[in-house]
Amino acid sequence: MSFVLGLLTLALLFIVIVQISKASELIKTLRSGNEQEETFSNSALFVTILGFGILIYTLVTCVYYKPHLLPKPASEQGVWIDNLLTITIILTGVVYVITQILLFAFVYKYQYSKKRKAYFFPDNNKLEIAWTIVPSIVLTILIGFAIQKWFKIFSPAPKDAIVIEATGKQYAWTLRYSGRDQKLGKRDFSLVNSDNELGINWNDPASKDDFIADELVLPVNKAVSINIGALDVIHNFWLPHFRLMMSAVPGVPTHLWFRPTITTEEMRKETNNPNFDYVLACNKLCGSGHYNMQKKVRVVTEEEYKAWLRDQKPYYLTAVH
Amino acid sequence: MQTSTITEQQAIQHAHGHDGAHHHTETFISKYIFSLDHKTIGKQFLIMGMIWAFIGGSMSVLFRIQLGWPDETFPILERIFSSWFTDGKINPEAYYSLITMHGTIMVFFVLTAGLSGTFANILIPLQIGARDMASPLMNALSFWLFFIAGVIMFASLFLPTGAASAGWTIYPPLSALPQVSPGSGNGMTFWLISIVLFVASTLMSGLNYVSTILNMRTKGMTMFRMPLTVWALFFTAIIGILSFPVLVSCVVLLIFDRSLGTSFYLSNIVIGGKALPFAGGSPILFQHLFWFLGHPEVYIIILPAMGIVSEVLAVHARKPIFGYKAMIFSILGITVLSFLVWAHHMFLSGMNPFLGSIFTLFTLLIAIPSAIKVFNWLTTLWKGNIRITPPTMFAIGFISIFISGGLTGIWLGNSTLDIQLHDTYFVVAHFHLVMGVAAFFGMFAGVYHWFPRMYGRMMNDTLAYIHFGITFIGAYLIFWPMHFIGLSGVPRRYYSFNEIEAFSQYATTNKIISAATIVVFLAQVIFLINFFWSMFKGRKSTQNPWHANTLEWTSPIEGVHGNWEGELPTVHRWPYDYSRDPESDVDFIPQTVPLSEKEKADKLHH
Repeated sequence: MSFVLGLLTLALLFIVIVQISKASELIKTLRSGNEQEETFSNSALFVTILGFGILIYTLVTCVYYKPHLLPKPASEQGVWIDNLLTITIILTGVVYVITQILLFAFVYKYQYSKKRKAYFFPDNNKLEIAWTIVPSIVLTILIGFAIQKWFKIFSPAPKDAIVIEATGKQYAWTLRYSGRDQKLGKRDFSLVNSDNELGINWNDPASKDDFIADELVLPVNKAVSINIGALDVIHNFWLPHFRLMMSAVPGVPTHLWFRPTITTEEMRKETNNPNFDYVLACNKLCGSGHYNMQKKVRVVTEEEYKAWLRDQKPYYLTAVH
Repeated sequence: MQTSTITEQQAIQHAHGHDGAHHHTETFISKYIFSLDHKTIGKQFLIMGMIWAFIGGSMSVLFRIQLGWPDETFPILERIFSSWFTDGKINPEAYYSLITMHGTIMVFFVLTAGLSGTFANILIPLQIGARDMASPLMNALSFWLFFIAGVIMFASLFLPTGAASAGWTIYPPLSALPQVSPGSGNGMTFWLISIVLFVASTLMSGLNYVSTILNMRTKGMTMFRMPLTVWALFFTAIIGILSFPVLVSCVVLLIFDRSLGTSFYLSNIVIGGKALPFAGGSPILFQHLFWFLGHPEVYIIILPAMGIVSEVLAVHARKPIFGYKAMIFSILGITVLSFLVWAHHMFLSGMNPFLGSIFTLFTLLIAIPSAIKVFNWLTTLWKGNIRITPPTMFAIGFISIFISGGLTGIWLGNSTLDIQLHDTYFVVAHFHLVMGVAAFFGMFAGVYHWFPRMYGRMMNDTLAYIHFGITFIGAYLIFWPMHFIGLSGVPRRYYSFNEIEAFSQYATTNKIISAATIVVFLAQVIFLINFFWSMFKGRKSTQNPWHANTLEWTSPIEGVHGNWEGELPTVHRWPYDYSRDPESDVDFIPQTVPLSEKEKADKLHH
């Protein structure tokens, strides 16, 4: 019933709008004897108010949403990205405000007047060169900073990094830790069966102490090296709080390393949220359960990490024994 | 003064008889349906584009309802779309089919066929002074192939396994294996067939546009006297010809993987503990091939809109477009660079990080021609005498939105920042503004501007103002907050944000976005009412209602086959002689007017 009423109201609204417009059209036809009399001051004012209104809206929302954005980056790599982001925000923000103001100020200031003539100004090479060169220089500097960090982020992991393997499948992550020997047991596609989905080669001695964890637990301030892969379709390994992301592709191994710098406990204080948790989510459409493919991430102190390690049982024992 | 000269010329030409115009008896079918006249084909593309925009837009309303009110149930929607809903809520499978179809329809059917198809067909022959396209038959075939592609895509919505649901980018293995997603069954087959037909259609029209522009310009119409609309459509066609065939090869290899058991894109796949017999392929190869079209595609969408905006601004600001040649060279720059930036969609795909640095460089380079264009538009408005008509409003809205969406391209094109922003809502905000809404605004500017040329009547101004106001505010209300959602790490293509604690804080924002989506969608009904009502009942247009210089306004307003009765017009000057002579009381000099003695002496002519 309410749906029908809603539709009726909507239809009436449209009819009212159309009728008003028809009336204004009629007035225009009556006046059209002298086309030059047309003025555009109302419409110029309309566009100007909309334009400046929107400019204010966009700036106010920036302030409003600031506290809702991601908390400060929880990894060394994240800090680099965050700094670059700040530079980019300032740069593009300035251009945004200036160009929007000019656009709508021109609309208002140079609105049509019978008394005035537009200024015939077809080209000016100096201006064109100026706004070719200035953006080029600014962008070159920006690219310089960015690429330097890019290569640092994708440099080889330090030798002492903790090695973890993350494998995506619909709709879960399997996390395999390399255990005491810091070496992941080899995998072989031909060994895959329903009891050994990853195709781990149990003859490889390195596989014997590997264990599967149901949370991504990381010690603070230690480098972590993550081998990323997928079984069925492409997934994406996304750690928003660490500002790190990498695709998980079946058949193409990928890799990421980083150094977490803030423990979960510290971050809970930082964000004033006692329930705060880091999360690992999937960020590449992988099917109908894509929106719920997550794992909890816990950054702990060195001691807590060691204690946690002691509780983990090798996968070999549970899967084969 | 100028207009009277034109009518005199026409009267003279009329007296010469109909040597140029082809007259033969036409039935309703040959005139309106299987027509070979470029003006009719252009209108067919426009109407078809509008139908598709309505379908694609209503899909976004459906999935925005899920995102805005995830806990509510909508039994009324279930009654209409019974196979997509369970317990009053949309199914995840149907949700993913809808976002896939929304993207495909908007990108290919609305903003490629609807935008380029409409304006290239209507404007190219009329603005360069040709009687029709180089091959009118190929032109008509192009429309009908597009039509068939659309029918197949539409039919896929009603398949029992659902339409394609792997996103409009259809990355394999998700799109290759029906086991992992029901939409990758017959729905994907329909999608692939439809797209192959669509590419064939695009190629036919693209080749036609290029050969028409190169060979059929009227006397005096040198390349550097062509309006920027034609330049933009020219480069758009070239991009399409060079990049669309790559999409076909990409799609054909996927068809092989799906039906013939090849492994171009597949390797080491395990489903439910069972290893599939694929080896040696790479899903990343697909992405390279797909984005080799996919990225140029966004320029195929935006260049015609840029051309339309340049023309509309010059006409309504009564001022020449600033930096005509700089505009052409920046379009050329964008065209060349558009082929060198595709992998910025793949920084984190698993390709070698070294490639990332190269593609960052080229991607940020493309910001330069875009910046030149924006500064040139602003300078065109500076000291103009701007008539804020409906087309001007949309052109100005285009610039505002293009700036807002374009600047975030500098964020996303930077591989290092992409590590944080890739595939989040920030991307959704960016591309919807810069190539979705902006292209729509260019299209609206074009429709309002050339409506009198198409139907001999004016559209209603008041309805247009309401349409503009709601759409402009709505566009920002919908897409601006998505930047913040994305900066909070929320991924795109999520059916629900409630499952992951870190992404669940934006319930209110999402409600506002969804409400704005519905309002903006309804505002387009105002446009439709205006369009169809004005077609029959609108105020009659004069021969040259905007006092524009370009050739299309010299062709008889009622539209004749062959475009001009008698001889084709001769061109004597560039199209932007607005307010040229501060002494004169007429502020425009059409391209058909010969140079005056004074102008010849000045040597200022273009």
